[in-house]
Amino acid sequence: MEKGKGVMGSGRRWAVDFSDNSTAPFSRDIPNPLGFTRASVDQDDSTVSRQKKDAESNWKAQKAWEVAQAPFKNLLMMGFMMWMAGNTVHLFSIGITFSALWQPISALQGVGKVFEPYKDSKVELLGPKLLFIALYLGGLALGVWKLNTLGLLPTHASDWVSSLPPAQEVEYSGGGIPL
Amino acid sequence: MAIRSFFIPFLLFVLCFCSSLSPVLSLYEDQVGLMDWHQQYIGKVKQAVFSTQKTGRRRVIVSTEENVIASLDLRHGEIFWRHLLGSNDVINGIDIGLGKYVITLSSGGSILRSWNLPDGQMVWESFLQGPKHSKSLLLVPTNLKIEKDNVIVVFSNGRLHAVSCIDGEVLWKKDFEAESFEAQQVIQPSGSDLIYVVGFSASSQFKMYQINARNGELLKHESATFSSGFLREVSLVSSEMVVALDSTGSILLAISFQNGEISFQETPISNLVEDSSGPAVIIPLSVPGIFVIKTNSVTIFIKVIGKGKFEVVEKTNHETAVSNALPISEGQQAFALVQHAGSEIHLAVKLAHDWDDNLLKESIKMDQQRGIPHKVFINNYIRTDRSHGFRLLIVMEDHSLLLLQQGAVVWSREDGLASIIDVTASELPLERDGVSVAKVEHNLFEWLKGHMLKLKGTLMLASPKDVAAIQSMRIKSSEKSKMTRDHNGFRKLLIVLTRAGKLFALHTGDGRVVWSHLLHKSEACQSPIGLNLYQWQVPHHHALDENPSVLVISRCGPSSDAPGVLSFVDTYTGKELNSLSLIHAVVQVIPLPYTDSTEQRLHLLVDSDKHAHLYPKTSEALSIFKHEFSNIYWYSVEDHNGIIKGHALKCMCIGEVVDEFCFDTRDLWSVVFPSESEKIIATVPRKLNEVVHTQAKVIADQDVMYKYISRNILFVATVAPKCSGGIGSVTPEESWLVAYLIDTVTGRILHRVTHHGARGPVHAVFSENWVVYHYFNLRAHRYEMSVIEIYDQSRADNKDVWKLVFGKHNLTSPISLFSRPEVITKSQSYFFTHSVKAIAVTSTAKGITSEQLLIGTIGDQVLALDKRFLDPRRSVNPTQAEKEEGIIPLTDSLPIIPQSYITHALRVEGLRGIITVPAKLESTTLVFAHGVDLFFTQLAPSRTYDSLTEDFSYALLLITIVALVAAIIVTWRLSERKELQDKWR
Repeated sequence: MEKGKGVMGSGRRWAVDFSDNSTAPFSRDIPNPLGFTRASVDQDDSTVSRQKKDAESNWKAQKAWEVAQAPFKNLLMMGFMMWMAGNTVHLFSIGITFSALWQPISALQGVGKVFEPYKDSKVELLGPKLLFIALYLGGLALGVWKLNTLGLLPTHASDWVSSLPPAQEVEYSGGGIPL
Repeated sequence: MAIRSFFIPFLLFVLCFCSSLSPVLSLYEDQVGLMDWHQQYIGKVKQAVFSTQKTGRRRVIVSTEENVIASLDLRHGEIFWRHLLGSNDVINGIDIGLGKYVITLSSGGSILRSWNLPDGQMVWESFLQGPKHSKSLLLVPTNLKIEKDNVIVVFSNGRLHAVSCIDGEVLWKKDFEAESFEAQQVIQPSGSDLIYVVGFSASSQFKMYQINARNGELLKHESATFSSGFLREVSLVSSEMVVALDSTGSILLAISFQNGEISFQETPISNLVEDSSGPAVIIPLSVPGIFVIKTNSVTIFIKVIGKGKFEVVEKTNHETAVSNALPISEGQQAFALVQHAGSEIHLAVKLAHDWDDNLLKESIKMDQQRGIPHKVFINNYIRTDRSHGFRLLIVMEDHSLLLLQQGAVVWSREDGLASIIDVTASELPLERDGVSVAKVEHNLFEWLKGHMLKLKGTLMLASPKDVAAIQSMRIKSSEKSKMTRDHNGFRKLLIVLTRAGKLFALHTGDGRVVWSHLLHKSEACQSPIGLNLYQWQVPHHHALDENPSVLVISRCGPSSDAPGVLSFVDTYTGKELNSLSLIHAVVQVIPLPYTDSTEQRLHLLVDSDKHAHLYPKTSEALSIFKHEFSNIYWYSVEDHNGIIKGHALKCMCIGEVVDEFCFDTRDLWSVVFPSESEKIIATVPRKLNEVVHTQAKVIADQDVMYKYISRNILFVATVAPKCSGGIGSVTPEESWLVAYLIDTVTGRILHRVTHHGARGPVHAVFSENWVVYHYFNLRAHRYEMSVIEIYDQSRADNKDVWKLVFGKHNLTSPISLFSRPEVITKSQSYFFTHSVKAIAVTSTAKGITSEQLLIGTIGDQVLALDKRFLDPRRSVNPTQAEKEEGIIPLTDSLPIIPQSYITHALRVEGLRGIITVPAKLESTTLVFAHGVDLFFTQLAPSRTYDSLTEDFSYALLLITIVALVAAIIVTWRLSERKELQDKWR
C-alpha cells in the first residue's frame, strides 16, 4: 500500500505519458491543438461516454465504501491483540498500545490521499470518509483506553500529587535533653 | 525507516532488561577500598609497657581510655593486634609477665587476663572476688617465684591475691580485715620474699602490712596516726619510704616504714618554696629519690636527701610530664621529663640519683595544635657503641601518641579520633584558578604504563601481579582525593570534634586529616570541654566568597551551669575566626531555620535560667528574629524527673544590663510521666536538615495517602522504672515500654502505644513521617523492631483530579500546628536478631531515593536494611496490586542478608554513631561510622540510577554507536542505489 501510494503521489518530478489517450477526453487544463474544437467530438459520443462515466463513478463509489470499511477488520484485530497483551506494563503491551495509537493518527492524516483515486464530481465521498474517520477514531479511543488501563494516563489524583512538596509549618520548635 | 522501527523496541528492551535486575548492594572483591576507607585507632593511652627483647619484633603494649589493649610496632606505630574490652570493663593496669604474656587487670580489679604477646590470643582469665570495692593495683615482680612459678600480685576489692603467671590460678589470697583500709601501694623490694602493702585507714591513720610472698602469711602489721590526715595520693621514693601530703596540702610527709617501724617526718612546703601559694597536689610517680608536687601551675621537683630531708631541685612554670623510672644498668635508674614551651617541647632524660646530669637533652619542634604533653613513657636501647639510647612515647593533650627517638618524631598516631563526639560535613572549595589542587599530572611514561596495564586487565592478559597493580592504581586515584568540590558532591570534608577538644577535617576521598585545630584556650577558660558542633555558615546562594564555618559549643568546666564558649572555625582552613567567652551557661542550642544575608544561621542558646540568647548578635539577625518571634518555641526534656516542657519566648530579659539579644521565656505546656510507672529512656527528634520530596504516598490502585510531615515531632520512649537494671532483673509482667509521638509546639500527644513485656535499651530513628525503634521483648526473649508511620487524615479527601490539575488545592499552603491535625498511624513489629548500638537512616539531596536503615550491630558492623522491610502495610498475602507496589510479604523477623553489610569484612570497633550526608547526586549518600575506628563509604540505596556505574563498558557503547552509524550509512547508500535503479527501469 505504501509503495503504491508513493508511485501515485507526487514522488516524481515529471512524467511522460505514452498511453494512448485518443479516445479518452483530455483534462481541461491542457489546451486543444489549433483548429480543433472539442465540443463537436463530445457531442458525437456524448451518450456513450455518459454511460461509461456513470459506470465508472458507480464503481468508484463502491470502491470508496469498501476502502472506508477496511479499518473495521483492523480494529477487531487490534482489539484481539490488546486483549492478548494483558494489563501489565511490559514491552509487548506497550508496543501494541503505541502502534494502536500511531496507526489511526497516521491514517487520519492521510485520509485525503486514501480517497483521492475515487475523487469524482459525481461521486459522493463524504459518507465513506466519515465512516473511515469514525472507525479510526474508534481505534484511537481503543488505544487511549488501553493506555489508561495500563495506568499510563494521569487520570488519578496520585498522578498529580506525587511530587507535591510538604506544606510549610508556621511554628518552629527545637530543644531536647539539656547538653 | 527500517532502522528506526528496529531501534525503538531495542531500546525498550534494553531498558526493561535493566529495570528487571534485582537490586544488588554488595560489592565485588575488587571494589573494596575504591569508595570506602577504614582507619584503626586506639584512643588516649593510659599506660604503656615496652617489649624490646632481642628476638622478635619490638613493640609497645598500651592500654587506653577507650578500653583498648593494643600492641604497636615500635618502628612505624602500626597495630599488631588490638582488643577492645567492653565499656564497663575498664582497664586498671597492664604489665608484661615472663616476657611473653601481657597481663591486664580490668573491671575494677576483678578480672585478670593474660594475652599471648606475639599474637594477642588470650591465654587465661581469672576472676578475683573480694569483700569490698577498692583501688586496684597490679604488680608483676620479675624475680619472685613460688615453686618455679612466677607470681602476679594483685590488690583488688580489698584483698591481696597472688596469681600464677602460667595458668592464672590463685596461689593464695589475703583479706585485710580493717574496714576502711585503702591500699595505696603494693611494694615488693627486689631480692626479698616480702610484700609491703601500705595505705590509709580512717583518713588519719597510716597502715603498713608486711606479708610473706610465698604463702600470704601476715608477718607484721603496723599503724600510726597523723592527726591532720592525708591526701590520698602517695609517691614512692624508695622501697621503704613514701611521700604524702597532709589534708590541707601544705605539709609534706616522708613516711618511712623501714624494718616495720613507721615514722613521719614533716616538712612544711613553705620551708622549701618561699612563694608557694595554695594547696599542693602530689603527682603519683615512682622515681627513686625524687617526687613531684604541683601548686597552682608551678611544678616543683623535690629530691629526698637522707632521712626525711628534702631539697628542691627545680621549679618550672611549663607544663611538665614525668615518666616512671626505668632501670638501665646495675643500680642506675633513669627517668624522662618533657616540658612544653611554646612551639617546642624540651625532653630530658636524667638519672634518678643525679639531677644535674642529663643523659639526653633535646628540643623538638611540636605542632601547636597538639597542645601540652600529658604523659611520657621511657624505654632504652643499647647503641652500637654500648651507650644508652632512649626512646620516649609521649601522649599529648589532643590524645595523639608520638614516639621520639634521636631528636625526631619517628611516628605519630592521631588517636584523638578514637573518641569523636560530634560530626558535621562541609563542602570543599570550588575549583577555580588559584585554588591549590592536588597534583594530578604525572609523567607520560607512567600514564602510558597505567593505560597499558588497564588494557591488559580488560583483555584478561594480566598476571596476578598486574591485577594487584591495577587495583592499587584504582584505589589511589588522585581524582577522589582532590581538594576541590566535584560535580557529584562525593568529595567533602567531615568536620569532627573529639573528646580532647580538637577539631579535625577529614577528606571523604581517602580519610586523611586535612587540618586540625585544638580549641583555643583563653584567660577566662583554661580547659574548655567541647560539646557539640553546628553548621554556622553554609554559603551556597549568596555570600559565595565567604568560606563556610562551623560553630563549636564548649563549656568551661564539667558542671552544667559553667559558662559556655563559642568558637567559629573556618572549614576550609581550620582557622579560628572568632571565639566568644559567654557570661551565661549553654544548656540548649537551637539552630533556627533562618539565615541572614551572609547565610549565617541564627542560633538560639538557652541558659540554665531559661533565658534564650540569640546569636549572631547583629541587628539584621535581630530583625529576622523579631519577625518570626511569635512562631519560635522550644522544649526541654527533663529525663531525671520524667517531664517534658514546652516553652515560648516572652519578652526581652529584665535585668540590670539591657541586652536586646536576650529573651525571657514562659512555660506553655508540660507532659508529666508518672514516676512510679514510666521513666524516659530515649527521645529522638527529626533531623533538622532532612529533605522530604513529597507529602503524598501513592499506594496500590493509584490511591493516595498523605504523610503527616512535621519538623516538630518528638519520639519519646519510656519504660517501667524497674527495667533499668540488667536483663533478668524484671519479669515480663512488670515490664513495659511506651512509645509516644509528641508535638513539641503544642504538647499534643499524637500517638501512644504500649508494648507489654518489652524493655530497653531503645534505639530509634525518626525520618519523614515514620519512626523505627529497637527494644528487647522479654516474652519472646528476642530483640524487636517496630515501625510507626503517621498519616494526615484531614488531607485524605483531596482526591479531585481537576482541582489538582489546576492547582486549586491548599495542600502546600503553610499550616499552623494549632489547627488540630487528624492523624492516623500504622504500625508493625518484627523480630530482629541483633542487638543494636546505633541506628541511622540514609539521606539524599532531594529525598526522592528510597531509604535504607543503617543498623550498627553488636558485632561493630553496619547493616543496611531496606525501609521496605519495615513497612506497616506489609501483610502475609499481599494482593497483586500491592505486590506490584513493592510490598514484601510479611515475615515474623527481619532478614539479615550477609551481602548488605556495608562494612563488608571490616569492623568499626567500639561503634558509637552513624552519620549520613547527602551527596549532590540524588541516588547517593555518604555514610560515616565512628567509634574507636572510623569507616566511610558511599551508598546508593536504589542503586546509582542517575549515573553510569564504574564498571560500565564505554568501549562497548562506542563500538555499538560506530557500528550503528556504519549500518545507517551503508543502508542509506543501498537504498539510494536501489531507488535510482527503480527510476531507470
